[in-house]
Amino acid sequence: MFLAWRELVFARARFGLMSGVVALIAILVVLLSGLSSGLVNDGVSGLQRLPVTAFAFAEGTKTDSAFSRSTVNVSQAEAWKGRPDVGDAAPFGNMLVNAKATTAAGTQVPIDLALFGVEPGSFLAPAVSDGAKLGDPDGIVVSQTVLDEGLALGDTVVIDRLGTRLKVIGTTGDQRTFGHVDVAYLPLRAWQQVHAGAGPGDEAREGAYEEATAIALRARDGSRIDLAGGDAAAGTTSMTLEDSFSASPGYSAETSTLTLIQVFLYAISALVVGTFFTVWTIQRKHELAVIRAMGASTGYLMRDTMIQATVILAGSTAVGFLAGVGGGTLLTTTAMPFALEAGPLVLAALLLVGLGLAGAAAAVGRIVRVDPLAALGGQR
Amino acid sequence: MTTSSTSPRPGYRRDRAEQERGGLLVEGVTLSLGDGDATVTALDDVHLDVAPGEFVAIVGPSGSGKSSLLAVAGALTTPDSGRVLLDGVDISRASAREKARHRRERIGFVFQSGNLIPALTALDQLRFALDVAGRRAGDGYDPRELLDRVGMGHRARHRPHQLSGGERQRVGIARALVTRPAVLLVDEPTAALDRARSDDIVTLLAAETHEANVATIMVTHDHDVLHHCDRVLSMVDGRLSE
Repeated sequence: MFLAWRELVFARARFGLMSGVVALIAILVVLLSGLSSGLVNDGVSGLQRLPVTAFAFAEGTKTDSAFSRSTVNVSQAEAWKGRPDVGDAAPFGNMLVNAKATTAAGTQVPIDLALFGVEPGSFLAPAVSDGAKLGDPDGIVVSQTVLDEGLALGDTVVIDRLGTRLKVIGTTGDQRTFGHVDVAYLPLRAWQQVHAGAGPGDEAREGAYEEATAIALRARDGSRIDLAGGDAAAGTTSMTLEDSFSASPGYSAETSTLTLIQVFLYAISALVVGTFFTVWTIQRKHELAVIRAMGASTGYLMRDTMIQATVILAGSTAVGFLAGVGGGTLLTTTAMPFALEAGPLVLAALLLVGLGLAGAAAAVGRIVRVDPLAALGGQR
Repeated sequence: MTTSSTSPRPGYRRDRAEQERGGLLVEGVTLSLGDGDATVTALDDVHLDVAPGEFVAIVGPSGSGKSSLLAVAGALTTPDSGRVLLDGVDISRASAREKARHRRERIGFVFQSGNLIPALTALDQLRFALDVAGRRAGDGYDPRELLDRVGMGHRARHRPHQLSGGERQRVGIARALVTRPAVLLVDEPTAALDRARSDDIVTLLAAETHEANVATIMVTHDHDVLHHCDRVLSMVDGRLSE
């Protein structure tokens, strides 16, 4: 520590430059983390907030298109309910629609909605922070983001082409979106009618009122659902809630792209730090030889360098994260899908520091090879 | 300057019991460098005895083995054969870890041009040497007093690039002595200095050798400073002679 701190002060321009690069990477990591969390929220927050352990889709359904292609019979829920590890099972309808909302002021606003058809009173029915619970045949409970776009309780939403009129009767009070589209809960029967393409006053085709997208499953407390066994009994293909996220439109592509960028950033950070300390060690080769000739152990020298790396990484990461969070806070007020969440940010900071230290450790391994004999002679 | 004509071998002055009690004893050391046809005998059956408080100069042409002798005596390298006794302890066969411990606790190096750490002030150079040795200023070690003694007290807060060559060398001497080593190994201390400053530095080395009662070996090309030494040995082709 004696030498480490004094070298940091003495070579402050060099270390400052290095810290600046790490801080910029940290800002980028924060912004990407926020964007990643924002996209996850936009993509699957509607699913995340369902009290669901797994979904049972139609037999043979592929993950990437499960919610748009699957159709199950509501009676299949009974087969799942009979399973000992299943606490609750209920039909769940999911579809995306284009609509127009008519505000109290009489203006029409185009709006896209992800319709979640659930049985009022079932475990899937949403808690309401404002307004009425789900129950009216044409009443919908919407994500708070719908109200943020200018709609209000009591406004009417008309589904394009069908002309089905739905009334906003309540809000969940939080963000619930699916595939970047705001969620609106409606009674399963209303959902079945829309899903079947039946307009107001039309009778839906035969069997339409027996259909749903999937059976939503909730595990009994302390149990783990035997999905394979349930599938065999109910004739479904089930997947956990987390696996079903990939069925949200664009979710896999977006998250994997952002994850890849973040992984590259971590790798770049580790490489930048490693390269800096490699050059730093090479430049100090003669000085290190003198110090080793004085009797300093390899551990003493490596500890000193790792302290420098820790100070640089921790300091610049903290500065970068503060700046990133500051900038990110401004972004949360825009339409951009951006969310600052403590968990991913702490993980990102730890990864940035940890991988940077790994890069530094790999670089300072050169200290082991510095021969104290090089201190003798006239190199300086 | 005195030379011995009574020693049984070139480089020996004291009797066996005295040699094993204190100071530095190099006994029949041989060191080869390089491999195969390129092998060079850097040290050839070298015997050297330096008593505590004795200032020995070794002169010789470049490549004669002077630096190799410092390397062996300073536990920087292991000889092919022979022994190096430091205060009676054989350090020649010690492990790398033990050699490092001997260097930080019992050996002081003065390098060409001082070889000071650029980031440290003159005072911190001494404190750093204590830190490396696991000692603390105040526990009987007084870096400031030592800096005053070598005439550098007024430059305590200056870094190496703010010091002249002679000043850097003075700080280097103080740094080597601050841990109170048994042996001081000095590598061409006047190589980058003019004649007057060279004389000052070697005068200081001689005084500190006697004051600190340290066994000092100085390797040098500079014949003008040899009159400050207690003994002068010459080295040619790896062999030491009076």
